[in-house]
Amino acid sequence: MTAASLRRLTTKDGFWPIAVLVLLLAYNLIADPGFFAISVRDGHLYGSLIDILNRASSLMIIAMGLTLVIATRGIDISVGAVVAISGAVAAAMIGGELVLSGGTGMADVTRYPLAVVIPCALGVATLCGMWNGALVSWFGLQPIVATLILLGTGRGVAQLITNGQIVTIYYSPFYVIGNGFLLGIPFSLFIVAAVAAVLALLTRKTALGLFIEAIGVNPVASRLAGIRARGITFAVYAMCGLCAGIAGLIVSSNVKSADGNNAGLLFELDAILAVVLGGTSLAGGRFTLLGSTLGALIIQTLTTTIYAVGVAPEVTLVVKGLVVFVVSILQSERIKALIGAARRSP
Amino acid sequence: MTDRRHRLLPLAVTVALFALLYGAGAYHFDGFFSLQVFLNFFIDNAFLAVTATGMTLVILSGGIDLSVGSVIALTTMVSAALVEHRGWSPAVVIPLVLAMGSAIGLVMGLVIQYFRVQPFIATLAGMFLARGLCYLISIDSITIENPFYADLAAFRIPLPFDTSITINVVVALVVLAVAIYLAHFTRFGRTVYAIGGNEQSALLMGLPVARTKVLVYTFNGFCSALAGVVFTFYMLSGYGLHAQGMELDAIAAVVIGGTLLTGGSGYVVGTLFGVLIYGTIQTIITFQGDLSSWWTKIVIGLLLLAFCLLQQVFARSRRA
Repeated sequence: MTAASLRRLTTKDGFWPIAVLVLLLAYNLIADPGFFAISVRDGHLYGSLIDILNRASSLMIIAMGLTLVIATRGIDISVGAVVAISGAVAAAMIGGELVLSGGTGMADVTRYPLAVVIPCALGVATLCGMWNGALVSWFGLQPIVATLILLGTGRGVAQLITNGQIVTIYYSPFYVIGNGFLLGIPFSLFIVAAVAAVLALLTRKTALGLFIEAIGVNPVASRLAGIRARGITFAVYAMCGLCAGIAGLIVSSNVKSADGNNAGLLFELDAILAVVLGGTSLAGGRFTLLGSTLGALIIQTLTTTIYAVGVAPEVTLVVKGLVVFVVSILQSERIKALIGAARRSP
Repeated sequence: MTDRRHRLLPLAVTVALFALLYGAGAYHFDGFFSLQVFLNFFIDNAFLAVTATGMTLVILSGGIDLSVGSVIALTTMVSAALVEHRGWSPAVVIPLVLAMGSAIGLVMGLVIQYFRVQPFIATLAGMFLARGLCYLISIDSITIENPFYADLAAFRIPLPFDTSITINVVVALVVLAVAIYLAHFTRFGRTVYAIGGNEQSALLMGLPVARTKVLVYTFNGFCSALAGVVFTFYMLSGYGLHAQGMELDAIAAVVIGGTLLTGGSGYVVGTLFGVLIYGTIQTIITFQGDLSSWWTKIVIGLLLLAFCLLQQVFARSRRA
């Protein structure tokens, strides 16, 4: 391979995230030769890889929503709180009442049918996103402050919805979202695919993606060019809220309960990290949805690896914090200028 | 003259709001209007006052620091681990943690200044890093039984009318006085205001922008660590979950205190009133009795929002 084609390959979208992911997986394969083994149990796929995909599903969805926000040169650090709110709404509406039925154990009791519960939870999450969007686009608050308000108060709201208690869900159809299988594949992956398809269609088959990038590159210029920057910014935050809501349903379904304090705790870090690792610049502009999903997979693989190696899981937080530092420094103009100078000189 | 009045207006709104809230509390609840309850605002929020004071300078310079809560938690954790598990003397530990906090602030300041990383990203990374380091030390809470900490926590400075304050209050007031001096009576302070007003102009005026910005974050790191020391005296334990969400409280205290989030305008003393308003709301909710403590967070969040919107109105009317 010539140097030129190598350079073309390394500058391609998604090259670095895939390279990192492959390296991580390769390490796991060396450490545990059975890592890639996928077997069929009880009619569905089973194995470490499936596990990683399933666990990463909520993060992949949030990361995609956040990607659009970051592309407009914004940020949403309230996603974790919205995850908690959406889960709390769903759990509160299902009821958390355990009714024993003869023989099989638990009866499926819910106060409202799922067809009402899910739209309500997602609706509330979208409202949260619209709230952020309104503060940023119409009232001109800095995104970090606008979403910080929801980060701080959102968990309080979730606590109020569940009366400060952890509500356990005893309704097995709800479990399908986070634990179920369809055609042998985890159900949550179908949700990821659906969200990805909708967002990809919206941003790549219409001009919306271009508009979002234009706003991120230069908000004033994009407005002068006739782009309705405010409306689009508002919609992007609403979309991010919706994505966090979907993730909230997956998380609460996965743990079969809603915990206002801990559901989605520090998700904002993971989501930002996923977006950054995927290659979307925090300075706004060009974005890649595929990169962000790959970023989410990297994070989940890293977490699984750290568990497998036997290091305390708390270390991940330190590693993630360091990675954000390093990547944001690498993306900075100064480093780019240095690299550019180094390339030109020899 | 009109300009000065314009600048004093947010502060006046803050003081009026405090008087209103305090008056409402005193009117509604028996025993609210007592000197000790008023002093308790300071005792219970000394750490918030310390960290919010540092935050004021950061926001005045047009930046933001999201790491303060985590740095407080890390300080309590390192203090507790060194004093209890290693048996180090507090005389060594306290200067050490203060140096640690300053170093964290210094690094974030350098990253922000020299790599042009946006302040919220650099400090967000710092926030996660500091929290992670807490858990690295221990995931459980460490109780402090060291006599020095216990004695200092219990020590009360008597005041007239059978009231008293703690050492923490003195620390907070000293920090506040130092920050007022720094912000309003030194060249450093004027540079901070100039950077917040317009960094480009400050640079063209030949002001030491780079050094000042790095120093502001270093000072805030120091303040966070000092708040952590004060918090350790208050809680007598080290815990990775301590001061969760404190960054919101600190930013809220600063903004409610009348400092513009965009930088360049505000008074350090306003932050004291911001903290007092926080304390009043907290106390009213405690006196009310049947409200969950979550309401403090929600009310503070809404107040922060209200003041942010108010600032937008001010900014627009000034431009018009």
